Amino acid sequence: MIIPLQKNVRQLLFDCFQIQDLIMGTLQEVQTLHGHTDRVWCVSWSPSGALLASCSGDKTIRIWSKEGDEWICKSVLTDGHTRTVRSVSWSPCGQYLAAASFDATTSVWSRKSGEFECLATLEGHENEVKCAAWSCTGSLLATCSRDKSVWIWEVSADEEFECASVLSTHSQDVKHVRWHPSKEILASCGYDDTIRLFREASDDWECCNTLKGHQSTVWSIDFDKTGSRLASCSGDKTVKIWQEYEPGNPESVATEDNISAWKNVCTIGGYHERPIYDISWCHLTGNIATAGGDDSLCVFQELPSPDPKNQPHFELAARARAAHGQDVNSIAWNPKQEGLLASCSDDETVKLWALSKD
Amino acid sequence: MGDKQQTDDDPELITLQETIYDLISRIRDPEKPESLEDLNVISESGVKVCRLRDGQLLAHIEFVPTVPHCSLASIIGLTMRSKLEQCLPEKLKVDIYIKKGTHDTADEINKQINDKERISAAMENPNLQKLVKECIDSGDS
Repeated sequence: MIIPLQKNVRQLLFDCFQIQDLIMGTLQEVQTLHGHTDRVWCVSWSPSGALLASCSGDKTIRIWSKEGDEWICKSVLTDGHTRTVRSVSWSPCGQYLAAASFDATTSVWSRKSGEFECLATLEGHENEVKCAAWSCTGSLLATCSRDKSVWIWEVSADEEFECASVLSTHSQDVKHVRWHPSKEILASCGYDDTIRLFREASDDWECCNTLKGHQSTVWSIDFDKTGSRLASCSGDKTVKIWQEYEPGNPESVATEDNISAWKNVCTIGGYHERPIYDISWCHLTGNIATAGGDDSLCVFQELPSPDPKNQPHFELAARARAAHGQDVNSIAWNPKQEGLLASCSDDETVKLWALSKD
Repeated sequence: MGDKQQTDDDPELITLQETIYDLISRIRDPEKPESLEDLNVISESGVKVCRLRDGQLLAHIEFVPTVPHCSLASIIGLTMRSKLEQCLPEKLKVDIYIKKGTHDTADEINKQINDKERISAAMENPNLQKLVKECIDSGDS
């Protein structure tokens, strides 16, 4: 009986306000991937969308790909780390995979030979590395740690990694790093409830923006396709959208030193009952997916609004309640196949979902 | 607690509440020979179980450190969480908080002992593992 009612409300909204119909969708489970023997912390699609990497408290990384109609485990990378592998990230060329571990190191794997080989183990952080991320050109790798620092590594043509900068701006544990989709701008977030943006100044990297607003740990961040908006999710159970205002912007938002300002333009709350651990902004559809400690997944769709830049309007477009048996730790849109979503959980599984329109 | 279902008339939740209390009350204090119950670190009224919207169980545990500057409050939190994970057959979400006004740095410790990433990293530390195991085992003997 719920669906007809929703349709009526939608019709009413459309009739009264000419609001474009929100397309309510369904998240349909495509497949459950078994193999990990401890909680799965992170899933990451290769840039071509053909491979999925996952990593776990079982200290391994698994690589999955599709054969026929089934996703199967192609490789298990077992000897890279002595503790939990917290996150995995593909380089833009798809040839390298970086893995961040609680053993304080980051491993870099190459698949140029056809098999995955450990190319380098990056040491330097004092304790748990929480996340690793490649810049858009693949020439820089960022890592972050409980030691409160963000490191930027330069990747040379002969596959050497050299630390270019150690950024100690956060006052606490840094949970996540993410690069701008087309510029060398790095975003990080963490336990100090803030998001920081970094750029290269004349001789070193510097923090150019601090985004405050969340009331608890900021677990994850993701840029939209253009990089002019950033979405964040937090232990405060909300999602925030941050908008870039360039110097000389028509809204007259003040900027300093010819550097863009960032402002929170939208807060989405009331959907997750527990901390939101991950967020993924689809570059194909603009949909935002979130995953949290309430075992559920949400998909938010942006609807047209009178002032989308300064007051964007997002609505829940689909939800999978009890998507996993326990906390969902990570979520990622496939970069090539519209509507294909991967998630992973403390229940030791990885799941694939298809967003279909009702 | 909003739309969360309360314990009052759900026998399953009341039984679980009692089971949880029974498990954590026997944990030994990290510094003293007594149990958490003997030291009044935890009490029956400090354990509440409710359900989330989708039916998952959530336990809320409140404890009182023996002294307001107790340096081992986070170990107590870690031990309680670890014991519940080991001993309860059903998967449970657990929030652990220091009772308001009973510790100098309660907010800081509360955040730490409820951060799943930090908890799981801490539990991979062999020294902490050993300490937690001792507090659990000697309480059970």
